[in-house]
Amino acid sequence: MAEEVKLFGIRGSPFSHRIEIALKLKGVSYEYIEEDLQNKSPLLLKYNPVHKKIPVLLHNGKPIAESIVILEYIEETWKTNPILPADPYERAIARFWAKFLDDKCMLAAWNACWAKEKEREKAMEEASEGLKTLEGELKDKKFFGGDKVGMVDIVATFIAFWLTAVQEVVGADLLTPEKFPILFKWSEDLVGCPIIKENLPPRDLLTANFRARLESSK
Amino acid sequence: MEGKESEVVLIGTWASAFCKRVELALKLKGIPYEFVEEDLENKSELLLRNNPVHRKVPVLLHKGKAIPESLVILEYIDEYWTKAPRLLPDDPYQRAKIRFWANYHDEKIAQAITPIIFSEGKEREKVIEDFQQLLKVFEEGIERDFQGKSPFLHGGNLGFLDLVVGTYACNYQAFHDSIAVVFETEKNPQFFSWLMALKDHPRIKETLPPSDKLATKYKELFLPPYSKRIATIRERYLQSPKA
Repeated sequence: MAEEVKLFGIRGSPFSHRIEIALKLKGVSYEYIEEDLQNKSPLLLKYNPVHKKIPVLLHNGKPIAESIVILEYIEETWKTNPILPADPYERAIARFWAKFLDDKCMLAAWNACWAKEKEREKAMEEASEGLKTLEGELKDKKFFGGDKVGMVDIVATFIAFWLTAVQEVVGADLLTPEKFPILFKWSEDLVGCPIIKENLPPRDLLTANFRARLESSK
Repeated sequence: MEGKESEVVLIGTWASAFCKRVELALKLKGIPYEFVEEDLENKSELLLRNNPVHRKVPVLLHKGKAIPESLVILEYIDEYWTKAPRLLPDDPYQRAKIRFWANYHDEKIAQAITPIIFSEGKEREKVIEDFQQLLKVFEEGIERDFQGKSPFLHGGNLGFLDLVVGTYACNYQAFHDSIAVVFETEKNPQFFSWLMALKDHPRIKETLPPSDKLATKYKELFLPPYSKRIATIRERYLQSPKA
């Protein structure tokens, strides 16, 4: 039976790109459908009626929403190049860090970059705490997944690529080699991996978007 | 420490539904464990050492290795102890749907209780309505995604979603008796019927705390004067952007 894989995404969204990275890593062919958040397609609303968000993966007509749920589905369906470890404890720890990244870290980092003057210091402190925790977890590993890129690294591409773009535009210095040498090195190594690099949006697309956002907030 | 019990240790509190989920999973699989009751107002060295990131319960210790976050722990239990009963089905698509709704329950429904606790009057009425709307989305979603094959009490057995939703059953009752009525059976008949069926399941019934004991606990926690810990949670809620 021919496999039909479709991905509804948005160019520039870290959640969307993480799915593309996973699919490419596993050699899965898919059709990409670009969504417009200002004008959501009937298909998106049909396949993700609860959250009405991207990414949504459609596999042989079956929709899956929520990026980490999608990553686990991809891992369980296509066995090439596993993104989760085999050992149950290591898998649990990977899931823990993926959740931490999405629930706490990313939001804190994002808020710190866009915080208003009086809230900035506190927001930066909170975001730095998150990065410090990540740095502590990395320790002497090349990637969160060990020698190879794993699910946590894929989820953390926001930190490695998006954050560095945002902080350049808004003038925040959250992730620097001085403050977080291990995390900074990891971010460079991650973005340097061909499979990651090829599936990231162009940096100037991001910086242009962020600049526009900064202008409109003034 | 000697004996098989100490191989598995659960750090938790008797009143927490998130902890009860883990207990139920261990009991269903017949895994002996030691329960360590935590005092959340005065967190132990054991907890802080084993969950330094969040400092929350539950934390499972297995052969000395710590796993926090109840949903992560449930998946770990199912993957390490693969014997029956299985908590999650084998099919990746079914697993994805269950994970999606477990996340929805925890991230939306369970989180919607906090605004209810800390609001009053008209605002409280509104957040209760919001809560009921979330339940409606859940009801419709489960119906649509599982199409007649309810994931609750599937074939009489308890599965992942039963543990996620069912362990909240007594908490809602206790909440009604101490804080506010959030359930109107006419508004959420399906959710209410799942909850009642789960509450009556023998394994769940024997594991959950009595709702009157919970009600007393809730009055202690959520009515002023607040403990330092609750006051902090309240502050964070009051300062957060509202929809």
